[in-house]
Amino acid sequence: MKPPPFAYRDPATLGEALALLAANVDARPLAGGQSLVPMLNFRLVHPPMIVDLNRIGALAGIVIGADAATIGAMTRQRDAERDMDLARAWPLIIEALRHVGHIQTRSRGTIGGSLAHNDPAAELPAVMLALDATMSVQSARGGRKIASADFFVSTLTTALDPGELLVSIDLPRPPRDAGFGFAELARRHGDFALAAAAVVVSRAGGGHARIALTGMGDGPRRALEAEAALVEGGFSDAAIAVAVAAASAAVKPIDDLHAPAWYRKKVAGVMAARACRDAIARMAS
Amino acid sequence: MSGETRTIRVTINGRDYERTIAPNLLLSDFIRHEAELTGTHVGCEHGVCGACTILHDGRPARSCLMLAVQANGARLETIESLANGEALHPLQTAFWEKHGLQCGYCTPGILMTMKAFLAETPKPSEAQIREALSGNLCRCTGYQQIVEAVRHAAALLRGEAS
Ligand code: FES
Ligand code: FES
Repeated sequence: MKPPPFAYRDPATLGEALALLAANVDARPLAGGQSLVPMLNFRLVHPPMIVDLNRIGALAGIVIGADAATIGAMTRQRDAERDMDLARAWPLIIEALRHVGHIQTRSRGTIGGSLAHNDPAAELPAVMLALDATMSVQSARGGRKIASADFFVSTLTTALDPGELLVSIDLPRPPRDAGFGFAELARRHGDFALAAAAVVVSRAGGGHARIALTGMGDGPRRALEAEAALVEGGFSDAAIAVAVAAASAAVKPIDDLHAPAWYRKKVAGVMAARACRDAIARMAS
Repeated sequence: MSGETRTIRVTINGRDYERTIAPNLLLSDFIRHEAELTGTHVGCEHGVCGACTILHDGRPARSCLMLAVQANGARLETIESLANGEALHPLQTAFWEKHGLQCGYCTPGILMTMKAFLAETPKPSEAQIREALSGNLCRCTGYQQIVEAVRHAAALLRGEAS
């Protein structure tokens, strides 16, 4: 239960961090440490070098513009949770964050760290799918943007290449009338989700729905058929019923020690229904 | 392997500790073995039980999920900072009076978590108390009395009798 030995670097700039990661292919970047340090303590990982990002001030902070918000990857979850401006336009993030671990882990844990780790039962990746977020990533060779739909690949795997770091997350401003819903079932408050659903709905531009589920199989997924059913059915109760059936049918959970697959499938439908109902009720008419 | 060491300086409960350490030393072990403050308990060493919670620059954090090198320059508070000599802190008084502990293993982490929580939320509801306690495991008390003790502590801190 103690970390193995490693070389430790704590660069003050992003450039230095990227150079270190480029020169040391097996180095691991350390963000808030709420996933990596347990893995080190269990010796599930033995990186020869840790590149600590905590001194790079430029990676933390939230900038809110007219059309979008940009969240620095090293923004602490607790700071995002308490950001009133973020809460006004993106209440879904705040609601989901309250389910991410506990106060003690959110003090250290970062938004970007959770996304780059991509635990298949984590809340934030599903929220980013529901919000159509774009990931800005950088390596020593340059930067690129990755749509969240392409970013979360599978269990603990993202589209990040070796040497690439997630530096910020861009959130487009949702339509004015948008309603949000988030529902989760976990064994105890703050645990990873057995099943959770993040929903965004709007009537703007002919209707818009996002239903993202987590806790299922290899990670967060949008339920595309369910989204279409919600819009086509005009967000009616009948449309919710069709959407929920489609969402539950689409997920492919696995049996594990926390719950059997059939149970997760059922609960995924229940969570989707609750989140859809909340989102629709909160949509401005 | 890398035989690297670093010299760090950390302020714990108002006192400075300067030590030369390996980068893989956990902050929890730094506090217990280097600073010899053994009130901070280590239950699981992987971020589940909350026994090792301390205040890091005023915020509750699990010390088993930080490297000691990361605390260089930081201001930490541990359970030893609560009592003023023989005079118990209101949180300690409340846990004593309401039987909020049995073996006491989880208690340091709970008290440090609650210190930060009650500073932010002086009049918590029971639901808020339970949510704030969700990151701390206790295997003895069944939580009823812990919730009761926190409610009592909040009242004492507000200067009310409860
Ligand atoms: S010892 Fe740190 S959380 Fe259990
Ligand atoms: S009092 Fe024994 S673990 Fe809490």
